[in-house]
Amino acid sequence: MKSEFGKGMIAGIPIGLGYLSVSFGFGIMAAGAGLSAFEAFMISLTNLTSAGQAQGVSIIAAGGTLIEMALVQLIINIRYALMAISLSQKLDDSFTFPKRLLAAYGITDEIFAVCSTVKGTLKPNFMYGITLISTIGWVTGTFLGAAAGEILPAEITAALGLVLYGMFLAIIIPPARKEKSILIVVITAAALSCICKYLVPGLSGGFAVIMCALVASAVGALLFPRKEDEQE
Amino acid sequence: MSIWIYIAVMAVVTYLIRVLPFAFFRQKIKSQFIKSFLYYVPYAVLSAMTIPAIFYSTGNITTAVAGTAVALILAYFDLPLIVVALAASGAAYLCGLILPLL
Repeated sequence: MKSEFGKGMIAGIPIGLGYLSVSFGFGIMAAGAGLSAFEAFMISLTNLTSAGQAQGVSIIAAGGTLIEMALVQLIINIRYALMAISLSQKLDDSFTFPKRLLAAYGITDEIFAVCSTVKGTLKPNFMYGITLISTIGWVTGTFLGAAAGEILPAEITAALGLVLYGMFLAIIIPPARKEKSILIVVITAAALSCICKYLVPGLSGGFAVIMCALVASAVGALLFPRKEDEQE
Repeated sequence: MSIWIYIAVMAVVTYLIRVLPFAFFRQKIKSQFIKSFLYYVPYAVLSAMTIPAIFYSTGNITTAVAGTAVALILAYFDLPLIVVALAASGAAYLCGLILPLL
């Protein structure tokens, strides 16, 4: 398939597979919190995010306020705003306002990662394709997890936990090998992330990622400013 | 309170975070620092998300390290994303099978 939509769908396969296993766990968790499979499915369909949904379900289960819900979603998901700004810089001219409204739905960590490394401009149909396959994986896994409980042996679901991270490594390692600046940024972010994890145990995972990414990117921009002709 | 009100609040907040910058941020950024910064953001985000979380992703550090090693090697040789991702999982699975036999 050579079309942008087809290329997007192919790029979405590893994401969809990874989502299938991660959302399976979310489905089990949502069912445990007293939600129906349909409710869990609708949360996944309307939110398309892992950490925010997991926290949201625990707020629902605890009977929290709507203000708390809104603030928690804002803090956990604010990284998407950074990603959206980053992607906005490489959108194709064919990305009209209504198409931006539609494609914005699909800005997740993984879809952003793949879209931001696309060569040249980012086209609407590519984002639709990658979002479609990813979303199918996400809602299917949620529904199966909530409705059927464990359908896969535990050894397999455990090993599938590596799919998304393996994909992340496949995205960052090749450019880090070619460009020293990226290598330094990657190592800085990883080191900061370890510091947060082991030395600041109270820090939430989502917030730690935001801080580590901001600091490591700033270090990269200060030490290795990009020359004009290197910009895509 | 109806569960659907919670779900609506979650969905609206999450969508607004995504759509406001994506739909309304039109100007090309001029600052070299900010352009460089944004260029490095995806690598920094992914690195911070992956390490050290990857070592806990299978519930067993030994199988996770085996999978991570396979992913690093294959990624170093620039293999496609899906190959790296599934090989890493496969390695962790095999390691989990072999481990009890040792």
